Amino acid sequence: MGNEKINSSRRKFLKSAVAIAGATIGYQVLKSSPVLISAAEPKDESLPWYGIVIDIQKCIGCGSCAKACKNENDVPVEPFFFRTWIEQYTVKNDGSVDIVSPNGGIDGFEQRVPDEDIFKSFFVPKMCNHCAKSPCEQVCPVGATFLSPEGVVLIDEKYCIGCRYCVQACPYGCRFIHPVKKVANKCTLCYHRLKKNLAPACMEVCPTGARMYGNLRDKNSELVKFLKEHTTHVLRPNLNTGAKLYYNALSSEVR
Amino acid sequence: MKHYIPPQLTRLALAFAIFITLFLVLRNFLVPDTFGEYGHYRGASLIENEQPEIHYSGQQACFECHRDIEDLKAQDVHSEIHCETCHGPGQKHVISSKATDILKPSSREFCGSCHVMNAAKSKNAVIQVDLKEHNIGKNCTECHNPHQPWEMKK
Repeated sequence: MGNEKINSSRRKFLKSAVAIAGATIGYQVLKSSPVLISAAEPKDESLPWYGIVIDIQKCIGCGSCAKACKNENDVPVEPFFFRTWIEQYTVKNDGSVDIVSPNGGIDGFEQRVPDEDIFKSFFVPKMCNHCAKSPCEQVCPVGATFLSPEGVVLIDEKYCIGCRYCVQACPYGCRFIHPVKKVANKCTLCYHRLKKNLAPACMEVCPTGARMYGNLRDKNSELVKFLKEHTTHVLRPNLNTGAKLYYNALSSEVR
Repeated sequence: MKHYIPPQLTRLALAFAIFITLFLVLRNFLVPDTFGEYGHYRGASLIENEQPEIHYSGQQACFECHRDIEDLKAQDVHSEIHCETCHGPGQKHVISSKATDILKPSSREFCGSCHVMNAAKSKNAVIQVDLKEHNIGKNCTECHNPHQPWEMKK
């Protein structure tokens, strides 16, 4: 009787020991596979963390950036596909705001508001904000859009299913569906150029130096220096997108 | 003393085991190789995004041959403007060296894209010309050297 009791409890012990060991091994196996347990973003300090500055006071609305972007990235020429474009805001004396962007600014601007009605007028170049907490990335159902370790929001064209969630999610209207490839398309901050130590095409051709990019981690970079010395704003800060595109002298009319 | 496991539990356990195995096998085939390497995306996509060819060579590539223009340009107000702002994408020309592979714009409309009058431009940023009055019928480059706009051709 006594022996049987001991045997039974020993068996129970062995069984639970095996179960625990099995569970631990199983957990380890699954853990090593990074898909099931969501992988953390690498915080590789050796890589740059890109930010952008656009100085509205310097922009003259020549459209070089929008043109160069289309050339460099083979963006379709139809006037509604843009990775970067320029908007002209004209605040009238009566307080109403006139916003135009004919062909993204590529063909230049013609002031349609008579001079005597203008309170102020300025150009706002727009492009992807390369948000650190980007809404477009969060809504992608297949993980085809992502924040690269350098802080650039990129698209995996082979993996995108063209569902258009991201196009709707972007609060800055920076995405479109490529009419030929049928997948999402957007500014990559010329990732292919950055990797060759070349400036993004729009910044290469900007005649007034209104656009700047740089490493936000490097506290001695031109960009960080500019941010320290100027009062800059991001677009739609209330949405907490972690936008890394900073505008100098941004007027409150800009949406 | 024999443990009694109800048959419905055994069947349930079996069903679970089959389901989990099936899930792991399917997942193995459906998830791409490099998915999750750096985050919730295909790691190989980073390399693919580096692949596209460049079209704008950057002005250092221009100056390797056109030293004289670099010196000329440095002396006047267009010194900060990179070559490809006006000459267009230059990588093709860098490779071929053919004059036909680069733009040489001279029209009033082209220069006007920067220099046309517009209330939105700050007065200090750029010199603004009224194209409807300024030397009508002439191309800009007939008088101005684009690399040195204030050295007038006479």
